[in-house]
Amino acid sequence: MSVARTVGWTVVAVVMMALAVPWFLWDSAGVAFGLPVWLWWHVGWMVLASVVFAVFARTDWGLGVEGVH
Amino acid sequence: MVVALAVGVVAYRLTDRSAEDYYLASRTLGTVVLLFTTFATLLSAFTFFGGPNLAFAAGPEWILVMGLMDGIIFAVLWYVLGYKQWLVGKRHGYVTLGEMLGDRFGSTPLRVLVAGVSLVWLFPYVMLQQKGAGQAIVGLTEGAVPFWVGAGGITLFMIAYVAVSGMRGVAWTDTLQGLFMLSLVWVAVAWILTAVGGAGEATAALAETNPEFLALGGGLYSPQWMLSTAISIAFGVTMFPQINQRFFAAGSKKVLKRTFALWPVLVLLLFVPAFMLGAWAAGLGVTVPEGSNVVPALLAQYTPTWFAALVIAGAMAAMMSSSDSMLLSGSSYLTRDVYRPLKRVFGEGEAAAEDAREALVARLGVVVFATLSFVASLYTPGTLVQIGDTAFSGFAQLTVPVALALYWQGTTRYGMYAGVGGTQVFYVLHVFPVVETLAGLVGASVALPTAYMGWTPGIVGILLGLVLTVGVSLVTSTAPEEDPAVYRVDGVDAD
Repeated sequence: MSVARTVGWTVVAVVMMALAVPWFLWDSAGVAFGLPVWLWWHVGWMVLASVVFAVFARTDWGLGVEGVH
Repeated sequence: MVVALAVGVVAYRLTDRSAEDYYLASRTLGTVVLLFTTFATLLSAFTFFGGPNLAFAAGPEWILVMGLMDGIIFAVLWYVLGYKQWLVGKRHGYVTLGEMLGDRFGSTPLRVLVAGVSLVWLFPYVMLQQKGAGQAIVGLTEGAVPFWVGAGGITLFMIAYVAVSGMRGVAWTDTLQGLFMLSLVWVAVAWILTAVGGAGEATAALAETNPEFLALGGGLYSPQWMLSTAISIAFGVTMFPQINQRFFAAGSKKVLKRTFALWPVLVLLLFVPAFMLGAWAAGLGVTVPEGSNVVPALLAQYTPTWFAALVIAGAMAAMMSSSDSMLLSGSSYLTRDVYRPLKRVFGEGEAAAEDAREALVARLGVVVFATLSFVASLYTPGTLVQIGDTAFSGFAQLTVPVALALYWQGTTRYGMYAGVGGTQVFYVLHVFPVVETLAGLVGASVALPTAYMGWTPGIVGILLGLVLTVGVSLVTSTAPEEDPAVYRVDGVDAD
């Protein structure tokens, strides 16, 4: 069902944007392996974004863009 | 830079002189080239000097702002706007954004307006590159070579490059320079961290001098500011002539898909080391001379002169390639969306003579534009990030009306005039002290706010664009010359 998939991917996109900044680590100054913890979150999140985008490109590319009349 | 010139000449020999080839490399760019040419347009003074300066002054959270903006929001827009534009552009043969909109709404004024707005905001961004180059030369030579030599040198170089090469040459040099700079940034990080005893030591030093830098948020970085900046830059980047035009230049759907998926990782690889250098420099007690940048100062302190010079030369070459992408796209906006419609008003000559004249306009336009921005770079105050942010937010005002035009068939010509024109007026009034000056003339003291509950005028303008475009579209009817069906595309078109 393409409506359900569109909604699902929209939710995924919103989550990817919303948590790109680790708001729950606000004011935290913890350091791990030489870098602030929030920076490690950023590293992981960008890698995750790449994977999510690759999955989207492979499975549902075109959703919401192609054939929208 | 020498390599860049050679690539330009080869590309020149491969380029036939048609506009589609000159501006879009005949829509044939492959994954690596598209990825890096888009990436390289971001490899500008804004990234190399502005970003680290900000991290040096206010902390490394700028990495998060740029990561959110570029790695995620821009990638989503790449799909939502970029892929759609690519499909539409492929079907109808569009080369510029103004052309695409003008055709759909049957409106030459809209086309001229969009191109005009784009050229206005392109100006400060080209100027930023010249300013960055001037500062880099001053920093590298410790003031022995004056600012105008660096800024002027890059101006001449970029004019020459645009004149000979076209999109193909620009895209190829972007790829080379992108790879080269990415490697150099990592070598620089390795070198400096080795010298100070590792990332742990460097971060510990930073914790001593500026403990607030390690804590997320604080100071400049409020949630509203971070989100405002990330959103307005991401929206702005999408409407940048040189980025937007790349949406039309991809070779195939596969190329767009791969670029999309690789994008966040590339962003990560560039921004983390570049901005951490700036932040670490604060802990290492690097002093930055007035009117200079932190990266050259840091390199000068911890690496041999030849390496510092290499990085600066690489950064300048990258700024140059950003700039010539901008000038190339700018010249296509100028000739196709401004000059051609004007020509129709004043009557056309014979076809062959017209082609020659158009080519002349394109090149003259580049020379005049680059020269003016060079002159402006000598006198304009403001930091690199401030100038860049102003330009990005100006472009960002276009994004919502364009998205609505692409997806909502109820959008009307008047809705677009209101959305594009209204937001520009709103934003310009906030950037330049027009209201203050006028009020001053009648003896009143009135000023527009610099923020609305912590949100920047750029963001408020984006929302205003939504309200204006939708509102005016709803109360006006479609003009007979409009064709809402133009943007209907199927995936089949892509294959």
